[in-house]
Amino acid sequence: MFVVVAGAGRVGSAVARFALAAGHEVSVLDEDPLSHERLDAGQSTSWEDAGGRFTVGTAIEIEALVEAGLGEADLFIASTDGDNTNLVIAQIAQAHFNVPRVITRVMDPARATWYAEQGLETISPTKVAIEMFKEALGSTAAR
Amino acid sequence: MYVIIAGGGKVGWNLARELIAKGNEVTLLENRRSRYLTIEQELEHAVQYGDAAELWVLERAGVQRADLVIAVTGDDEDNILICQMAKEKYLCERIIARVNNPRNRQWFELLDVHPSVSATDLILRLIEHEVPSYGLVHLLDLRDEQLEIIEVEVVDTAPAAGRMVSEVVLPEGSLIISVLRGGTGFVPQAETVIEAGDEVLLVLDPGLEEAITAQFAPAV
Repeated sequence: MFVVVAGAGRVGSAVARFALAAGHEVSVLDEDPLSHERLDAGQSTSWEDAGGRFTVGTAIEIEALVEAGLGEADLFIASTDGDNTNLVIAQIAQAHFNVPRVITRVMDPARATWYAEQGLETISPTKVAIEMFKEALGSTAAR
Repeated sequence: MYVIIAGGGKVGWNLARELIAKGNEVTLLENRRSRYLTIEQELEHAVQYGDAAELWVLERAGVQRADLVIAVTGDDEDNILICQMAKEKYLCERIIARVNNPRNRQWFELLDVHPSVSATDLILRLIEHEVPSYGLVHLLDLRDEQLEIIEVEVVDTAPAAGRMVSEVVLPEGSLIISVLRGGTGFVPQAETVIEAGDEVLLVLDPGLEEAITAQFAPAV
């Protein structure tokens, strides 16, 4: 499978490395050239030597998306640090590039819920954290 | 009319001021605290502090009853999202979005966020009007209606020069609506003769520019 990941922060870079190790073809797009180091850190070979692709570019610009290979992607993961950027590029991936599966990281639970209802596959780390805290609280006896 | 404006930059603040002066009810949303405090000294309760891309901020501003939502932040993704949610989640009938980077205009259209306004495009249009590059100037583009109005100056060598309007070969989907000659405009009759130097206004379907240029201002 060909996976394109936009945004190589902690989440994006870890998911990209996991996908590459699992045998997928992986292309990463980030506007900061330094983010490449997150893909290399602690690895015995560089990201490119391991078979990964890396493009420096702004995720909303069509040239960057094309260069990253979005037109051929089987799966697109939007994991930049901006909710609105992720939601917009996820919709671009669906409507313009016809990517079969698109997963979007949305920090804001309210926006994540509404866009999920509109048919976007969203992951909200904030929602997950809230659930975990609730669970932790629930296991503590009330006084 | 009740108008919500997202983004208290120069555009947003001045829009709010003008719309209030015209008797509209306005809420301006600004997410930078210091900017908000500055604007608040003038606009008072008409400005609210918060990120307009947050649903609760839009709801607090009363997006459900807004007649118009205008997104003029400096970030195109924010403007797209705010307008998309206003229109699709809160069923606001009218939105206007600002395009900061004209290269993003295609995404506004792809995601059905329109009308959108780009200052860069407007200035480019003005430059085109001062220095026409294809011999014709776009005066008005009605995207939804698939119509445009253009102006073209008739050159000496043009097939149309010296011909009656009824004899000019126009592509289907175009019509001469006015002729400007010596500083005055008039609506031509079928027997009006087009002269070199006339400025001719036409209404046409998009994509016919080349055929129009060939008749009125062919490249030498």
